[in-house]
This record gives sequence, C-alpha cells and structure tokens, in this order.
Amino acid sequence: MEYILIFISAIFVNNIVLSQFLGICPFLGVSKKVDTAIGMSAAVAFVLTIATIVTFLIQKFVLDAFGLGYLQTITFILVIAALVQMVEIILKKVSPALYQALGVFLPLITTNCCILGVAILVIQKDFDLLTGVVYAFSTAIGFGLALVLFAGLREQMSLVKVPKGMQGTPIALITAGLLAMAFMGFSGVV
Amino acid sequence: MNNFKVMMNGIIKENPTFVLLLGMCPTLGTTSSAINGMGMGLATMFVLICSNVVISLIKNLIPDMVRIPSFIVVIASFVTLLQMVMQAYVPGLYATLGLFIPLIVVNCIVLGRAEAFAAKNNAVASMFDGLGMGLGFTLGLTLLGAIREFLGTGKIFDLTILPEEYGMLVFVLAPGAFIALGYLIALINSFKKAE
Repeated sequence: MEYILIFISAIFVNNIVLSQFLGICPFLGVSKKVDTAIGMSAAVAFVLTIATIVTFLIQKFVLDAFGLGYLQTITFILVIAALVQMVEIILKKVSPALYQALGVFLPLITTNCCILGVAILVIQKDFDLLTGVVYAFSTAIGFGLALVLFAGLREQMSLVKVPKGMQGTPIALITAGLLAMAFMGFSGVV
Repeated sequence: MNNFKVMMNGIIKENPTFVLLLGMCPTLGTTSSAINGMGMGLATMFVLICSNVVISLIKNLIPDMVRIPSFIVVIASFVTLLQMVMQAYVPGLYATLGLFIPLIVVNCIVLGRAEAFAAKNNAVASMFDGLGMGLGFTLGLTLLGAIREFLGTGKIFDLTILPEEYGMLVFVLAPGAFIALGYLIALINSFKKAE
C-alpha cells in the first residue's frame, strides 16, 4: 500500500517537472515531437532507476560508513557521469536495438538535474533501498507522462498561428503553465 | 574597458535567463519571492566566478579528453564549499532553496561558461565574465521573483504594496512560475523585434 501511495504521489501530485521544477531543460528541449519525447523518457527511466540504486549504496556503505557526508554532491555527480557512460557502452554491446532507440539521449542525461535531484532526495527523505527504487521509477514515469503530454500539445501548437513575440519559448512556457495548473487538480489526492 | 564589455555582455546582450534560456530549473523553482530569487542568483554567481577563475588558470594543465569531468569536479568543489558556508551563516535561506543549491552543479550556465569562455580566456576576463553572467542571472531571478511575489501576495521584498487579499495565489505556486516567465520573455522578445 505504501508503495502504491508513493507511486501515485510521485506521478501526479508531486510531479517532478510540473511541481518540483526538476528536469526543465529536457522538458523544453526535446518536446517538439512525441517520438523523441518517448525516447527521452525511456532513457531517463532507465538511468534514473540505476543511478538511484548505485548512489544509495555509495551513500550508505562509503560516505556514511567513513563519515564523508560532505562529499555527497561531488561524489554523486561523478558517479552519475560515469554511470551514463557505462550504460551507453554496455547497451551498445548487449542490446544494439535499445541503444539505437536511446543512444542519442544518453549523453544529455548527465546534465539532467532530475537524476542528481532524485538521488539526493532519496537520501534526504531517508528511504530504504526498495522504497527509493520505487520512488525513482515512479518519478521517471511522472517525468515521461509530463514530457509526452507536453510534446503532444506542442505538436498541435505548431499548426496554430502564434503572435510574433510569443513564438518559441514563451508560448511553450505558458502551455507548460496550463499543464501544471491541470496537475494542480491532483493535489490532495494522496 | 574590454573587461567592462565582457561583463555587460552577460548582463544584457546574453542574459542567461531571458536570452540564452539557460538554468531554467532554478529560475522557475526558486523564484516564489524576490528575496529567494536573489539569494539563488547570488549563490550561482559565487560558483560562476570561482569556477571560471580556477578553470581559466588550470586550462593548460588539463588534457582535452578529460576536460568536462575536470570542470565538473572544480564546479562541484565550489558548490560543496558554498553549501557549507550557507549552512553556517544563512541557514534560513539554505533551507528554503533546499535541493537547488547542490543542483548548481548541473546548472547549464556554470558548465556552459566554463566551456565557452573560461577555457579560452585569461583569469581576469573570466572573472568578469562570471561576474556579468552571475549578475545577469541574479537580475533575471530577482525580477521574476519580484513579479511573482507581487502578483501572488501583493508584496515586493516583503514590503506590502497591495493588501494581501488581492493577491493571486497561483503565481506563487508552480503554474504561475511558467506563466510569468513565459509572458516576461514574450515581452522582451517583442521589444527586441521592435528595435
């Protein structure tokens, strides 16, 4: 039951993009087409889940064990950067099809702040490993949902005539604002 | 004079918030009030200046292959330093900004300036670039924070201008961030097109 609550809360109520403002760069950057949005979401889900497990173990067995808590930021970002590289190399060898689908998005993920953000949040919220993994995975689903919905809206939007000053980013931001307003309706569900 | 130009470039011509559109996460996430926006801007400015100076000093020692990871280590060290200092002297602000302080590491402006400017220029010019970009970012965040605070609660920097019951709470909440920034950029774009 607890896991279901975390699942729903991370996807709808505390959506990572629309209510916590993490991962805005890919949200605005790769949301012009639904196909690329799905690819990006899958890549994020994959890396986010693995990164959370690895950083959790490092925090518990290396940083906490030796009293090195202050090195958290620097360790996590290096681990995530290395992990992304490793995932890329392994995928290329093991599953070329998956690599074809996710390949272009993987290098972009290192600087996606939702990976580092969730890794730190899991530690801050004092989750155990399983809860952390559930939380990370649901967050990734929430990210994917927001991204795909937004890409769908933007695909439609490209057919509409928009006033000159509003073209590009401004109209995208306002659309995102309306989407966030819709998600606000979920507040209080959990 | 030249350094002055480098600095002004960051504040106006290539303003990170309104023109380059870099670092959107803290821009939206921490601007629920003018003072929070300003705190976040100044924190980022500190990291920008320090990392720009250090990177421009050690740029010749770093092999090209490991350039980016080395930059990230330098940036992350300064962020850790900043975290400790803020925790000690401004614990209130540190608690409000929360997660966004460690996330300065992945802020595209800091790495972007390291790669685009500090890796090619000397330490003094890099310092001015960091200062200009940092001020531009602070300006953008403070402005957005002030607008959201005013529309949301009728206050600016905690000074009451309109009675609170006229405030539209949605501007302090998440959707207001997107909408306020969208209109602000649209306004700036239309001024630029009119020129």
